Amino acid sequence: MSVVRLHGSHGYDVAALRAQFPVLGQQVNGRPLAYLDNGASTQRPQAVIDAVTHYETHLHSNVHRGVHTLSQLATDAFEGARERARRFLNAASTREIIFTRGTTEAINLVAQSWGRANVRTGDEIIVTAVEHHANLVPWQMLAAATGARLRVAPIDETGQLRLGALQALLNDRTRIVAITHVSNALGSVLPVAQVIEAAHARGVPVLVDGAQAVAHLPVDVRQLGADFYCFSGHKMYGPTGIGVLYGREALLESMPPWMGGGDMIRTVSYESSTWNDLPYKFEAGTPNISGAIGLAAAMDFLETLGIEKAAAHEHQLLNAATAALMRIPGVHVHGTAEEKSGILSFTLQGVHPHDVGTILDHEGVAIRAGHHCAMPLMDLLGLPATARASFACYNTLAEVQQLEAAVRRAVEVFH
Amino acid sequence: MQLTELYREVILDHNKHPRNFGRLDPHDGEARGHNPLCGDRLTLTLLRDGERLADLKFEGNGCAISMASASMMTEAVKGRSRAEIEALFRRVHALLTEPGASSAELGKLAALSGVREFPARVKCASLCWHTLNAALASGDATVSTE
Repeated sequence: MSVVRLHGSHGYDVAALRAQFPVLGQQVNGRPLAYLDNGASTQRPQAVIDAVTHYETHLHSNVHRGVHTLSQLATDAFEGARERARRFLNAASTREIIFTRGTTEAINLVAQSWGRANVRTGDEIIVTAVEHHANLVPWQMLAAATGARLRVAPIDETGQLRLGALQALLNDRTRIVAITHVSNALGSVLPVAQVIEAAHARGVPVLVDGAQAVAHLPVDVRQLGADFYCFSGHKMYGPTGIGVLYGREALLESMPPWMGGGDMIRTVSYESSTWNDLPYKFEAGTPNISGAIGLAAAMDFLETLGIEKAAAHEHQLLNAATAALMRIPGVHVHGTAEEKSGILSFTLQGVHPHDVGTILDHEGVAIRAGHHCAMPLMDLLGLPATARASFACYNTLAEVQQLEAAVRRAVEVFH
Repeated sequence: MQLTELYREVILDHNKHPRNFGRLDPHDGEARGHNPLCGDRLTLTLLRDGERLADLKFEGNGCAISMASASMMTEAVKGRSRAEIEALFRRVHALLTEPGASSAELGKLAALSGVREFPARVKCASLCWHTLNAALASGDATVSTE
């Protein structure tokens, strides 16, 4: 096996890393797969697959219920995953870790539970122009239901948030700020810490959509000061259908339950119920047990790898890919913020992003083409869609070259 | 499957130089088509002469397949009766989705046969036909492929 070492990334052995991801070894359309659609979903290392398989093979039972041995083992594994997630985020307590289906459900939980209890007619909710639909639509629904108003903080020409404009939107009617940590469409890393500081100065809580962040930069919720922080397992090398809502305990404590059902109650009569303690108050029904266990394994994987090391590697790939594509006449890169994560959105003059996507796929290169669930942002940029290559810890400079060659092929097909 | 089977010369040509592109005024039928998955949008305006489609134009933006399909469709349906257009759409739809479908009597539209091997792109090619159906069926409509 050839070992590729990269300049400046001491001990970053990408070949050994790739060997941990069975899916990456295959061919697509007769070419080696270059999987550059990590912003949509990352692949799973063998350790995550094994953790899920071990649970399904030996431990499965319902949690928090049975007196029997398997139920206790399953409960221990599930609650162990919660403690793993607490450490991953450096949350103060496992009471602050709510398992959800993903980022979308976590944001909806806050919008519906916290939102309906705290937002009234005439109040304001601040989001930014780069939000994914998942951090926009739930707030629109809340605004429509309560008569509140959504305020959108603008971005500059590089795709970075205009911090001053967001600060200027904060006023006595502001109830919450909901902001993405990393733009899924443009890659900008938003100045979340400064936003939180400004919002807290006015007593306004902040929800951070961390879906594109947690696998690519270290997140410490207490250092950041986030009131709510949401992310999905499948964008950080874990399974689909599992995610986390972190919430400050005092806030979660004050919030009414969102969904009713088993596990979230303490006592139930035909007339009424009382609620379980945190975090169970927000986890109605049998949870995604194997998903949580897989997610914990993904966190172990990331910790062993070192998120900062992976980020440095991804940054190198981003820079190489940006330079490579900009050498191609007709390529336009969208999103040039100073601080960027490994997301490269681009268009090719005279070739629609969907045609770019099809041609790249034909060359074995998997990317996303479309509006990236950010239709208002695409309208703002005056684009129907973009092509997006997004990098993960296991991508290589050879794949960047494959991307460049495939984009050149698209130019060739369309003359 | 070769890329040149999908992106044939005639498709690339119609994409680059779409025929009947623009807005027909006056018109007595209009419909908008939208594929929310990829953002393809087109607007059809048409003018009837009894049972016949006297004239039509389209405008919008989208991938090469959707633009070329719309352009070739406008050429193929102009002057035809409603029944002829419906029969033609059935043949095009079969060409796009059924293995071994005949491309006889389809003329230039036969160039779309390569789309069948790219299932994710079938909606791109059929959007204009659904939009035309909507424009013919009513005076004014919006259709979506989702």
